[in-house]
Amino acid sequence: MTQSYAASRDTTEGKVFTVTGGDWDQVTSGIDPLTDERIVVNMGPQHPSTHGVLRLVLELEGETVTEARPVIGYLHTGIEKSIEYRNWVQGSTFVTRMDYLAPMHNELGYALAVEKLLGIEEQITERATTIRVLMTELNRISSHLVWLATTGMELGAISMMLYGFREREYILDIFEEASGLRMNHAYIRPGGLAQDIPDSVVRKTREFLTYLPKKLKEYEDMLSGQPIWHERTKGVAVLDVTGCLALGITGPVLRAAGLGWDLRKTMPYLGYETYDFEVPTATTADVWGRYEVRLAEIRESMKIVEQALDRLKPGPVVIADKKIAWPAQLAIGVDGMGNSLEHVAKIMGQSMESLIHHFKLVTEGFRVPAGQVYVSIEAPRGELGVHAVSDGGTRPYRVHYREPSFVNLQAIPAMAEGALLADVIAGGASLDPVMGGCDR
Amino acid sequence: MTDVNPVPAGASTGAPAEYPPSTRAGKGLFGVAGTGDTSGFGGLVRQRPPVVTPPRPFGGYLDEVYDALEEAYPQFGDAIERVDVHRGELTLHIAPERIAEVCRVMRDDPALRFELCSSVSGVDYLGSDERRLHVAYQLTSMTFRRRVRLEVGVTPDAPEVPSVTSIYPTADWQERETYDMFGVIFVGHPNLTRILMPDDWEGHPQRKDYPLGGVPVEYKGAEIPPPDARRTYQ
Repeated sequence: MTQSYAASRDTTEGKVFTVTGGDWDQVTSGIDPLTDERIVVNMGPQHPSTHGVLRLVLELEGETVTEARPVIGYLHTGIEKSIEYRNWVQGSTFVTRMDYLAPMHNELGYALAVEKLLGIEEQITERATTIRVLMTELNRISSHLVWLATTGMELGAISMMLYGFREREYILDIFEEASGLRMNHAYIRPGGLAQDIPDSVVRKTREFLTYLPKKLKEYEDMLSGQPIWHERTKGVAVLDVTGCLALGITGPVLRAAGLGWDLRKTMPYLGYETYDFEVPTATTADVWGRYEVRLAEIRESMKIVEQALDRLKPGPVVIADKKIAWPAQLAIGVDGMGNSLEHVAKIMGQSMESLIHHFKLVTEGFRVPAGQVYVSIEAPRGELGVHAVSDGGTRPYRVHYREPSFVNLQAIPAMAEGALLADVIAGGASLDPVMGGCDR
Repeated sequence: MTDVNPVPAGASTGAPAEYPPSTRAGKGLFGVAGTGDTSGFGGLVRQRPPVVTPPRPFGGYLDEVYDALEEAYPQFGDAIERVDVHRGELTLHIAPERIAEVCRVMRDDPALRFELCSSVSGVDYLGSDERRLHVAYQLTSMTFRRRVRLEVGVTPDAPEVPSVTSIYPTADWQERETYDMFGVIFVGHPNLTRILMPDDWEGHPQRKDYPLGGVPVEYKGAEIPPPDARRTYQ
């Protein structure tokens, strides 16, 4: 044992070592705990209140945040790079994994972009478009439910977390019934849908529409009148319209600041102009306003879902053009989604041409005319933009996602600096960032 | 620019050409052209995007945007290098050193009012453009509900582009991502550091000459090559 770490002295019982340990005495003597309260705190990346792996470097003066710096990239998986080595249809299975709480929106943005590059927007069938609306609106509800659940938990309402995830499970069941998967569906594909929805989806969705309003009422009974919820949300993390526009913040955060900018209304796609719904706004520009806007949006989405269900007419769900449409009739089997048995019997036993066509389209894929497009849709978190570039080949040349989570997270310093540490949690949660989408 | 893959006589199946001739889509089933080699051992060949200067009018609001910018911006002739209209979208190719000025005019002019910079992203046109690193700015006018794309191109040796963060603060992280992924240096950016990749990472992963880095996978005794080494269909 070296003397520098443990001084020793001789006693009647023998040698006694006094372990001091490094230079902590010098370190602590350099800080005056009474006057110097400035500390730098790393919140995250593994923190239960950061919606994934978001790291916030906070400089604190007591309980007040003087400087906040978000650090991202912990969930970067190079999806945009990987897509460039797969064909256009395979891209759906990549983009759906970006924002894992809104996979349908990721797929929809990608499908719309590829269809625009192909110039086949007019050929997408009516039933496919209606089901796309149905699925994305259900996804919006499920995403907002998760927001409500996680934000409730982060602000101390643990029961809200259980309720929100419980109701979301109904929607995931509907997705599973339609696509075979609870998440990462690859259901909306360039040219249409992976397969038609069974009747049970319509039945389950109608059941859900009667079930959810009662639950929404319960959430409001629990949160809206509760003093703690008011204290934690009202006047917290305020960001006005000017701040939102400068920082590029869209979605519920912008609408809670008072600007009713919703791409479904302002730049409609999928025929949203023919649906009857409102764009909820608030004027408080704080966490409370975002809570109210999201709750109201769940109700508006339910209205759209109902209208979409009423409009569902039998018909094809993939484009008629055989050069683009997936050759197999996909079906949900006991082990998930796959080629239908009739299709396999046909290509393996009856038609050589069908086999060649299937093989060519599945392995090589279709060519997309060269050019670039930017398509944006209203995702649960704001404007989801897809910048897709084709060089005329069978693989995407470049696909970039303008992820609302990525852009919106820039608002954290503006919201957090000068506020209390506890409000960083509320403000960050109110942006509803999903790190899978942010880092891609 | 010339076509890197000229179509030999008789290789086309004679199907009606629906798209501009510099693309191979729309010719025959699956766009077979060139040698007709479908074995895939021809190697992975990237094709150049087409350069088609569109005739006026462009259609829709695109002419209004173009004319308003021409009127509001005195250096219009110097700054605009090329105009593309594709699928109803207007792309203005800007001289790199002018991009910040153009953005300011686009934002402030009452006839333009592109208040929101929706997206900034890079594209690497390796082998098809001398100034291969492109940055695309998607601007949105909330007042007029219009969209327009500005694009600049720089070389990897001199990848400097003026930052637009002073005009659109939202471009902050998006420029950092473009720097991280493509190595475009945004001059005047307050904090141009890597954002998605680790700080000590070398190289810019989204460049086309940056390998994907896949590893072969064994499946039922056969070795499946990584995606970037698989054969491709020509």
